[in-house]
Amino acid sequence: MTAEFDPRSARAQVAIAGAKGVTAEVLSTQPRKDVIRNTIFASLLFLAIAIALAGLCVLVGKNLVDGWSRLNLDLITQNNSSNPAEAGLRNAIIGTLWIMLFVIGMLVPLGVGAAVFLEEYGNRNSRLIRLIEVNIQNLAGVPSIIYGLLGLAFIARAPLNLGYVVLTAAMTLTLLVLPVVILASREAIRAVPASIREGSLALGATKWQTIRRQVLPASIPGIATGVILAISRAIGETAPLIPLGAATFVTFTPGPFTDFTAMPVTIFNWVKQPQPEFQALAAAGVLLLIALLVVMNSFAIWLRNRYEQTW
Amino acid sequence: MSNQVTQEERRTEQRQTGFAGDGAGAARPAIEVRAEFQHGAGCGSGEKVFELQDISVFYAGVPAVRDISMDVFRHEVTALIGPSGCGKSTLIRCLNRMNDLIPTAAVEGHLLYHGEDLYGPKVDPIQVRKLIGMVFQKPNPFPKSIYDNIAFGPRVLGMDGDMDEIVERALRSAALWDEVKDRLDANAYSMSGGQQQRLCIARCIAVSPDVILMDEPCSALDPISTGKIEDLMAELKQEFSIVIVTHNMQQAARVSDRTAFLMVELDADETHRWGRIVEYDETEKIFTNPSDQRTEDYVTGKVG
Repeated sequence: MTAEFDPRSARAQVAIAGAKGVTAEVLSTQPRKDVIRNTIFASLLFLAIAIALAGLCVLVGKNLVDGWSRLNLDLITQNNSSNPAEAGLRNAIIGTLWIMLFVIGMLVPLGVGAAVFLEEYGNRNSRLIRLIEVNIQNLAGVPSIIYGLLGLAFIARAPLNLGYVVLTAAMTLTLLVLPVVILASREAIRAVPASIREGSLALGATKWQTIRRQVLPASIPGIATGVILAISRAIGETAPLIPLGAATFVTFTPGPFTDFTAMPVTIFNWVKQPQPEFQALAAAGVLLLIALLVVMNSFAIWLRNRYEQTW
Repeated sequence: MSNQVTQEERRTEQRQTGFAGDGAGAARPAIEVRAEFQHGAGCGSGEKVFELQDISVFYAGVPAVRDISMDVFRHEVTALIGPSGCGKSTLIRCLNRMNDLIPTAAVEGHLLYHGEDLYGPKVDPIQVRKLIGMVFQKPNPFPKSIYDNIAFGPRVLGMDGDMDEIVERALRSAALWDEVKDRLDANAYSMSGGQQQRLCIARCIAVSPDVILMDEPCSALDPISTGKIEDLMAELKQEFSIVIVTHNMQQAARVSDRTAFLMVELDADETHRWGRIVEYDETEKIFTNPSDQRTEDYVTGKVG
């Protein structure tokens, strides 16, 4: 039989050291090919995000430099004026607020209602429902100028014939962002497990009571997130408002039934002016708009993370 | 004691209101429950709650269970046992018309509840579910506080009375009060699985049903929680009638008064399979002296 193994013997020590060395070698050697590939791949991914961020940095940086001199309280407290030294966004902000108020008022019931119908009442296998679903997704991708023309043709003029007022703008923007809200609300409603609906129905609650008191409350965080994102998109839209006759130069304070204006429209108007002071003003306005959108989107993300139910 | 009487009275009242939807008014015939059902019938009274007559259930035309005939008795625990896929859950979901929620499901045969056809043309499934509650396999508390979980049912049904009292009574009946009385505002999801399931039972009790259906209520629970729920069933059958689906034969033997054994049957070319009742009898007989060889093989663990 073999001789007794003594781990302290010199021979054994050598053998152990050798074995360790081999193991370390095997573990540490990464094929050179793999190293290169990994590095290239990681660099490309980094490049992708760097380009995206660079765009944002240039935008913010350029506007900061251009608009810094006008970035003060006067920007939001002064009405628009033909004198660039006195011009501000006050009436544009009020105009935007009026439009958004009407948008929210129409957007939430319409969007949530459509989502509840599609999720809770529509038969998912029916051809009509599937057709509606596909079209809602397509509508989310339609260019906003098309909605502006639609608003012009059907809302500002006959058949609705509302004229070029706040409500016209709000209805057009509502149509524009409605698909976003419907899709987000459907996601949120679908995320409520069937067991919750069954539990409620098994107690003798009606379908409507179940939707109203279980499904909708549980999906509020998701719906709210979708609504905020939709609103923040609507706030930044200029294109659909131009054909609706947005007043690009107003010095009055807009009300719910007056001619309308909005922040991006005013900024657009300033950019078109020859005076360099207006360019600075426009840059400051852009920064304000970006800041507003960042705050709204951050709030939406916070809301989702904080209140979203995990099942 | 007085509590029990109040609940009993409320149930009676509900039952007399019948299944017809509230809006339907007096034109619809209400279900009248014979007097002897209403008060203190006692355990194992021999009164029939359900009479199943040749019940078959189809999903999109494919049978899931076939020709089920059995009687379920008041103040008893009736267990449905059998291997997976034999249609136990399908069958129990017929009893409070939960199958109505599946658009392709169809029920054939007659299902009488206190003598009244549960699938009759004038019966409103919402009213059925008020009287015949259900506890599901996986605890499904609502994402609300413990208190609101219990109060939800009584609120939507418009039950009057002191809500705090209703909640406390339901939690006490479900042997949960002492564990949660100091944190009724806590979210139900902060409870353990076993507590969640007892909360679901309490939620069911809160609307004072006549029957409680339990679809494998302990399959997601550990043995200690399971033991608590089994103890609870023994208490609850004094007041309610219970039908339970279980995978666990020992559980059926421990808690039930009667047991139905279902088995899977195949058609000639083995394309369709459905559940059929093999034997239905007192639990003691099913487990000690079954009349059918297949039952004996199953309960002794030779098959399944």
